[in-house]
Amino acid sequence: MENQQRLQKKDGARVPDPTAVQTKGKPRLLLMGQRRSGKSSISSVVFHKLPPSESLFLESTARIQKDSLSSFMEFDVWDFPGQIDIFDNPNVTFDMDAIFGEIGALIWVIDAQDDYLESVARLNSTIFHLHRSYPHINIEVFIHKVDGLSDDYRLDIQRDITIGIQDELSDQGVENAPVNFHLTSIYNHSIFEAFSKVIQKLIPRLGQLEAMLTNLCRTCRFEKAYLFDVNTKIYIATDSTPEDMASYEICSDFVDVIIDFTEVYGSWPRSGQWRERLEGEPWCQPLEDQVACEWAESGMVLADAQRPIMLRQVDGFLALVAIMKEGSYDKIPQINMNVDVVVKGLTEFFEITKPKETVVTAAPGMVSPGLVQG
Amino acid sequence: MSDLENTGAPGVAVDPAALSAAAQAQLKKVKKQKVLLMGKSGSGKSSMRSIIFSNYLARDTRRLGATIDIDLSHVKFLGNLTLNLWDCGGQEAFMENYLSQQRAHVFSNVGVLIYVFDIESRDVDRDLATYVNVVSALVQYSRDARVFVLIHKMDLIQPSLREDVFDQRAALVRRKTAEAEAVMRKHQQQQLLLQQQQQQQQQQQQHQHPHPAGRPSPSPTPEPSIHLQLFATSIWDQSLYKAWASIIHDLVPNLSVIETQLASLGVAIDADEILLFERTSFLVVSRWTSREGDRNPYGDRFERMSNILKSWKHTCSKYTGTPRNAEQFSDFEYKMGAIFSMFATKFTTNTYILVCMPPGEARFNSAKLNVAAARSWFKFLDGPVVQAQPSQATGYSGYGEVTNAVEA
Repeated sequence: MENQQRLQKKDGARVPDPTAVQTKGKPRLLLMGQRRSGKSSISSVVFHKLPPSESLFLESTARIQKDSLSSFMEFDVWDFPGQIDIFDNPNVTFDMDAIFGEIGALIWVIDAQDDYLESVARLNSTIFHLHRSYPHINIEVFIHKVDGLSDDYRLDIQRDITIGIQDELSDQGVENAPVNFHLTSIYNHSIFEAFSKVIQKLIPRLGQLEAMLTNLCRTCRFEKAYLFDVNTKIYIATDSTPEDMASYEICSDFVDVIIDFTEVYGSWPRSGQWRERLEGEPWCQPLEDQVACEWAESGMVLADAQRPIMLRQVDGFLALVAIMKEGSYDKIPQINMNVDVVVKGLTEFFEITKPKETVVTAAPGMVSPGLVQG
Repeated sequence: MSDLENTGAPGVAVDPAALSAAAQAQLKKVKKQKVLLMGKSGSGKSSMRSIIFSNYLARDTRRLGATIDIDLSHVKFLGNLTLNLWDCGGQEAFMENYLSQQRAHVFSNVGVLIYVFDIESRDVDRDLATYVNVVSALVQYSRDARVFVLIHKMDLIQPSLREDVFDQRAALVRRKTAEAEAVMRKHQQQQLLLQQQQQQQQQQQQHQHPHPAGRPSPSPTPEPSIHLQLFATSIWDQSLYKAWASIIHDLVPNLSVIETQLASLGVAIDADEILLFERTSFLVVSRWTSREGDRNPYGDRFERMSNILKSWKHTCSKYTGTPRNAEQFSDFEYKMGAIFSMFATKFTTNTYILVCMPPGEARFNSAKLNVAAARSWFKFLDGPVVQAQPSQATGYSGYGEVTNAVEA
């Protein structure tokens, strides 16, 4: 608790988050890059659960595709057609403020398997344009389609692109532009991890969340805990231990397993007869009172070293997933109590940090219980 | 967990099935099944074999090279069933060889033929011609064999067109199969006629050579038409598990015993659905569904479960660094509020059990205990031959009939 308060103080003392100030409504993610670099595939796979293999059939995007996503927080995803250059278009002049005014992050997708010089040049001019009027926009470069490349080659490309951008920018006199690089592919978890990093920058008071998870990990001896957005499998916070891809992958896949099971067995209505029988003798209790937790809770013990993984749903959108230390399966009841407290804390946290108008629009009654997909 | 003390009410005692010692022994007999895996080169035979039996991920199959000649493998399935998997390299030279020199060797005593068609193949007529030859050879040497035709690589067809494309191709294959069979039958009848004529001739003029056809004369009984099943498959989704589960389903020994026992377990613990998985392949060996569970609108849930658990297993193996085929998780439980609960656990040495049931902590905990208690009923699933064969092994002709005596 002390730790949390300290963090809160630190947070309060910090310069207000520039993005939080700028955005009046929903934060917006812009997907840009050359045509056929994989922008629509990314947004379909991450936000619409398209199986990666079926992204082959996606048509080329002709106009700006605007998606609105409501999750633990609401945000927009705009998918730009690659063939349009918004800064230098003879036919249409784009309203820059309308596009970049509420932006949370600009995601620039570069096809690593293609010749990327042109894309890098366009990115440079984009950064150059934006830097003057909107200096606080986070620019996230996704070096995409790296699944087919060897590890060494990936790093080479990343270095090449990074240098290409930084040199060009410093030549232009742009210093310290907030540019980040991610190696991504839709065929593995890297795209979700990259998005997690992007989204985390948009969350107000992330430090608070992280402190809560760190605390939980310490008291329950968890190896690693993640707070997942269930629909997209983006993690919005984790504890302070070093991040590793492997634990993210297994936790994310565990969420997948739970979602799939829920869809198959939990998404259709049971008959009244069934319910009557279960609530009759010898139970004599409504089903709701027969269960300990109204949301999903799950545990899985891995065969090696008996390491359990646990999942607890926080609300309609979020789930807490943690990898526990070996042999702690026997202590599950105590752990459950601790998790209960944290879950309550998280719920309050989101209640407080939610912008007021969204609270009104998304009444708590509308959120269906369960991990059922929206 | 809070109302753990509440378990008094549902402690359902399960009544053990009465199995005579003789029947027990018969259950333990090891069965061997010869499974031929054929199809054009590059159609995906070895890929699917690696996914089902060696826990490859779909994308790992890119590493596989062409199969040279026949790749023989013995897959132990459930302890008392061994699959002799003949993965036959599909290049034309090999195919010709199977159909000529090795004909008897390859096509005799076949339990199941799995023929794989590549939906993207350019030369459909030629594929079908080879298929007809294979079926003819099969009819000749193993007339009781079942045939499963997999129209493979369906993922390459646009989702909206898949059904039509499959139906079209399936109709074509059915027609060709019927034709091949008819030709063979006619051929055999001719042979029969020829024999009869020759016999007559022999009777007439007693110095006649034996008839030219060297193989044993076909029986005069009318031939049963081939047991043919078609599936649209792709290694990228669960359709592969659907096809293989039905291939395996017919081969599993003692199926009716497993089913009866699973049903009584299901009733005892008040479950909605029970699935029994084989340990390595995670194919559904047997299942039981309650009346309420039958209302589940997901007809494809069994293969979906296989697919989900298999890919989960793969994730675990990546995380823990243990071999792909090793056992990856021992216990799983999931309680979805007041909607349902489920658990999956290691059941016998060779199987996992998945139970889906109504919500309720007390109900859940007692069901887990009861499933653990029921383990000993199912021990025979793992059993290699332990006791001597019973004296009356007469009814042992087909797969299904084995256990009729036990049920009665």
